[in-house]
Amino acid sequence: MNAEQALIAYVLRLADNALILGQRMIEVVAAGPELEEELANANFALDFIGQARMLYTCAGELEGQGRSEDDFAFMRDEREFQNLLLLEQPNGHFGDALVRQFLFESFYVHLLDGLTRCSAPGLAEIAARAIKEVKYHLRHHSQWLIRLGDGTELSHARVQASLDDAWQYTGEMFVADAVDTVVHESFAGPDLEAVAVLWRRDVAAVVEQATLALPGDQAMASGGKDGRHSEHFGFLLAEMQTMQRSFPGATW
Amino acid sequence: MYTQGLDQKDKHAASGQAIAESAEQLAAFQERIDAEEKIEAKDWMPEAYRRTLIRQISQHAHSEIIGMQPEGNWLTRAPSLKRKVILLAKIQDEAGHGLYLYAAAETLGVSRDQMVGDLLSGKAKYSSIFNYPTLTWADIGAIGWLVDGAAIMNQIPLCRCSFGPYARAMVRVCKEESFHQRQGFDILVTLSRGNDAQKAMMQDAFDRWWWPSLMMFGPSDTDSKHSAQSMAWKIKRISNDELRQKFVDATVPQAEFLGLKVPDEDLRLNAKTGHYEFGEIDWQEFLDVIAGNGPCNKQRLAKRQKAHADGAWVREAAQAYASKQAARAAA
Repeated sequence: MNAEQALIAYVLRLADNALILGQRMIEVVAAGPELEEELANANFALDFIGQARMLYTCAGELEGQGRSEDDFAFMRDEREFQNLLLLEQPNGHFGDALVRQFLFESFYVHLLDGLTRCSAPGLAEIAARAIKEVKYHLRHHSQWLIRLGDGTELSHARVQASLDDAWQYTGEMFVADAVDTVVHESFAGPDLEAVAVLWRRDVAAVVEQATLALPGDQAMASGGKDGRHSEHFGFLLAEMQTMQRSFPGATW
Repeated sequence: MYTQGLDQKDKHAASGQAIAESAEQLAAFQERIDAEEKIEAKDWMPEAYRRTLIRQISQHAHSEIIGMQPEGNWLTRAPSLKRKVILLAKIQDEAGHGLYLYAAAETLGVSRDQMVGDLLSGKAKYSSIFNYPTLTWADIGAIGWLVDGAAIMNQIPLCRCSFGPYARAMVRVCKEESFHQRQGFDILVTLSRGNDAQKAMMQDAFDRWWWPSLMMFGPSDTDSKHSAQSMAWKIKRISNDELRQKFVDATVPQAEFLGLKVPDEDLRLNAKTGHYEFGEIDWQEFLDVIAGNGPCNKQRLAKRQKAHADGAWVREAAQAYASKQAARAAA
């Protein structure tokens, strides 16, 4: 894999992460515990899908074969998507979705920070824009984690279980494969080992404030970055891609 | 959107005034209205004026919130990323309108909890239009064009409503609704330039949404007995039938532009008046939907009830945390 190929794959992964998380979030767009939370959820999902659009467009330009954002989103198959497994997990209850966001955004914010200093054309600018959005998402979700953890006995138990369940999907974020390594070396991309240290520090601090327990070391799931997904991922794609697949070539 | 609430009977009106209102007070109030003064939340107002506004504004808020559902039905399946974000932004606007309107109603002395409670119990109404299903992507275009279009017809006069907080809310809401209508029309323009399947999808959506959109203006003037007082109070400025006529006159040429056939054999342009004449609305269908027997009434309410019940533990946790924080701060 040469540097250019690695960069395209890297940008597509970032785009897939943003799109798949945004797609999960809009499944619950009119089902929040409070109207204010429905607004926040829609707003955050808009940010993620907006990021996905910029990143797919960037990937298309790097690739130079005329593929559009919609070609990447709607015309690729399950094995071609390389998002993190964490992000495709079903929404579950409010605490489950919250923990998913919190764990990812705690990682993503440091990843984006590194990317603002990378030398890849276009990517640093996108990262600089996205990090502003993700910082306030993370603030919102950290506050909710603290509220639920330090709320009632029931909320404490529920969100602890959410944290325990999601933890197995966090290891994948920090395992650098060839794509990560080439982008790190050739384009001054983020160093995942350094990101892992920052992530663990930040997550531990919020978890402690939420009076929750950090899950212990355990076997970690992997495969998302290699296009091997959970069984429910195919259903997410089938739903998302139905129009483009049913009416090939149509303009909407 | 949605002033159908004005045409429902005020249940308290028949039981007489609980609070004594002198003829002088009522006359002075009417004088202010006639002088086009805005009534503010802190001003004296007749109890029936207050109740009418609470009913109308809360119904409007409920309509925005329930209205998120039929469009939300297509969010995960929107056919392009651009359409997906536009639809999502529109739905977010609607949640914002709901919040804004609940806040306007709260100035009249009713709590949001109480209003939401009335919605969830089925006591409060919302616009009949949202009890119809969105079956294809073209329905999203039809809703933007027809439903938001009808809503704008209704709401522009409300910008001059005598109650200040509601009038000001409507100025802002109308600006966003006008963007919503344009995005709906844009979806349909794209379909009208598409393939045969897309054109058929558009005509089918139009056939299903045309008549329910006309019903959005409420009963005909001859059957709308409760409008007179609202007109006198300048809550309502233009009658149901006049608004409906304006809507038909504005919409039929747009339908022709899109290459659509209006599903009404009686529709014709009266050259003398310059207005379109149209067939009789199926008022039984309207009454059925209002009474809770539309295609989606139960589904819409059940979804809201489930969201509320599922969120109870979250709201309780937030409350418990806030109490703990307050206790810690006091200690």
